[in-house]
Amino acid sequence: MSKILIRGAKVLGGEPQDVLIDGETIAEVGTGLSAEGAQVVEAGGKILLPGLVDLHTHLREPGREDSETVLTGTKAAAVGGFTAVHAMANTFPVADTAGVVEQVWRLGKESGYCDVQPIGAVTVGLEGKKLAELGAMHESAAGVRVFSDDGKCVDDAVIMRRALEYVKAFDGVVAQHAQEPRLTEGAQMNEGIVSAELGLGGWPAVAEESIIARDVLLAAHVGSRVHICHLSTAGSVEIVRWAKSKGWNVTAEVTPHHLLLTDELVRSYNPVYKVNPPLRTEADVLALREALADGTIDCVATDHAPHPHEDKDCEWGAAAMGMVGLETALSVVQHTMVDSGLLDWAGVADRMSFRPAHIGRLEGHGRPVSVGEPANLTLLDSAYRGEVDPAGFASRSRNTPYEGRELPGRVTHTFLRGRATVVDGKLA
Amino acid sequence: MKRHLISAADLTRDDAVLILDTAEEMARVADRPIKKLPTLRGRTVVNLFFEDSTRTRISFEAAAKRLSADVINFSAKGSSVSKGESLKDTALTLEAMGADAVVIRHHDSGAPHRLATSGWIGGSVVNAGDGTHEHPTQALLDAFTMRRRLVGADAGLGQDLDGRRITIVGDILHSRVARSNVHLLHTLGAEVTLVAPPTLVPIGVEQWPCEVSYDLDAVVAKSDAVMMLRVQRERMNAAFFPTEREYARRYGLDGDRMSRMPEHAIVMHPGPMNRGMEITAEVADSPRCTAVEQVTNGVSIRMAVLYLLLGGNEPALTAGNGTSTRTEESK
Repeated sequence: MSKILIRGAKVLGGEPQDVLIDGETIAEVGTGLSAEGAQVVEAGGKILLPGLVDLHTHLREPGREDSETVLTGTKAAAVGGFTAVHAMANTFPVADTAGVVEQVWRLGKESGYCDVQPIGAVTVGLEGKKLAELGAMHESAAGVRVFSDDGKCVDDAVIMRRALEYVKAFDGVVAQHAQEPRLTEGAQMNEGIVSAELGLGGWPAVAEESIIARDVLLAAHVGSRVHICHLSTAGSVEIVRWAKSKGWNVTAEVTPHHLLLTDELVRSYNPVYKVNPPLRTEADVLALREALADGTIDCVATDHAPHPHEDKDCEWGAAAMGMVGLETALSVVQHTMVDSGLLDWAGVADRMSFRPAHIGRLEGHGRPVSVGEPANLTLLDSAYRGEVDPAGFASRSRNTPYEGRELPGRVTHTFLRGRATVVDGKLA
Repeated sequence: MKRHLISAADLTRDDAVLILDTAEEMARVADRPIKKLPTLRGRTVVNLFFEDSTRTRISFEAAAKRLSADVINFSAKGSSVSKGESLKDTALTLEAMGADAVVIRHHDSGAPHRLATSGWIGGSVVNAGDGTHEHPTQALLDAFTMRRRLVGADAGLGQDLDGRRITIVGDILHSRVARSNVHLLHTLGAEVTLVAPPTLVPIGVEQWPCEVSYDLDAVVAKSDAVMMLRVQRERMNAAFFPTEREYARRYGLDGDRMSRMPEHAIVMHPGPMNRGMEITAEVADSPRCTAVEQVTNGVSIRMAVLYLLLGGNEPALTAGNGTSTRTEESK
């Protein structure tokens, strides 16, 4: 393997340093390192971060390859600076057996752009009735440690309790999509002033908060760890903060779009803003940012949800929920958290690499930029400003809410175990 | 007037009064032996109905035909839509056929807005009811009915509903009629009070330009008009209220409650009525109830809306027929 010298990069936003990659690992970190025998990447003061890790990606394969495949999804991840993604289980067929999770895992291996760690379903067919073979999925080649029925809530308290207890045997975690189903029947957007005006079915904050409250109590009761997917309300933040203050093993994530967008945007009835959980209010957005900054929310997760054009180019009620996010996540985090002074780059590394890798117990990722560590790295030009143009996305789908919006930051290079997957902002 | 009529909130006070005044002119056509004007000859109006609504469709159809427009009725049932065709593809087809206006009824809130703003069609879009969002021509015909009854047909010309106290009773949460009426009546200067059980009042209603009460008896005596909304019986199964009997007792309009209304006050209902539920037969059949009149007025209002959206600058009624009251300046 060849050597690569990244020269003059601000590691985690610190003083410029050189980082020498030799083969799959970081060989040297310092100043004035020799470039002999190495390909040189002039960083020019760009930000060097550990490769980003996403805890929540929908790759759609198997079953919805018209939206995304493991290959196109991992390309999008690499462009966004990710070196590992966790692939959600709501595929067709559902990833509820060792066979399906191994298939996704192998497709990830073959893609070469990004490591893919499958998430296994908690219940058979995501139906919430019968536990899936959690142990078999863990023992498979995929080594599953995160389990989720995402897209649906594990709303049966007994099933949730059993899942939390069962995964303790292999240090697993249940990632809950918190949505009380009866309270959200017919829901199409955040319940509040805007939904009342627009006549769209309301998704009340309490439908999320009541499930989170139940689940942190359950996790504490059985001594297991629970992870809350895509927190979206100020009330949810308070519950997680309270649970953590008790010392309970609770972690939580927030999506980039919930850090930036509000339900006011739904006034356009543009389905690009239709997402689950829905966009909330300005007060919720501010609470989520604050919670991410103070560590109450552990990490940013994209909830990258690709859909084909026709599933969004329609009336609101008929449109699919979700938005793509891998390629814009770091820019949105820079805009909402770094440029606003809430988080420094070391904090970004923590929330977008170290902590998600730790929650997923993902080896080889979320490691410090230090000698001997795997060379999973992301180089970001934080001074860049430009409009988002989905036409250039590597993802197969284009359903971004940021089209035409100016966002800061651009990933120029991504390295996966020492191999460049992205060079000068383009796939290698 | 804007190119589309999507929401009652889009109408200014002048827009709304212009529509009401124009509807008065249109109403006179109904009194003629030949109930037809040549105004929209050569124009094509499509009634695009994704949801069953015979009375609204017929009302729009009658309105367009009285203005001599060519009318195409497109019902989703049994059409390409039931075979999976999208709203977009349907719209593109209508555009290719040269529709000048599309009157759309849709089960999804926002569908008319999407149709008007997506670039799928070039003609005018008229919202004939979308989900639980809005039904602006219903609100206009309600306001028209109120102005006629409370101010007077001729005396009402150029007038709004300033200071009139209107009470809307029933399933506010799911009612597009209520939403449109709150916007329009506020624009026209009326004071609106919504009355419903708390379960049928939307979260966020405090931002609306109206009052909210849970007590019908407290407001009937000071109402110039009481508008009863249809309550769907399945709401009971969804636990919005305990029983039909309890609903009728607390929120239904019976003869006793009506007798406590001011003498001049009217009872309105957009229909179809659940007799015995939100309104008793005694009230529904009383001369104070305008439900049938509202249907008649609906045609006049829809004629006015189609005319103003499509008719250009010509007077609504042609010169020489002795009935036009509008001048060029009044447009």
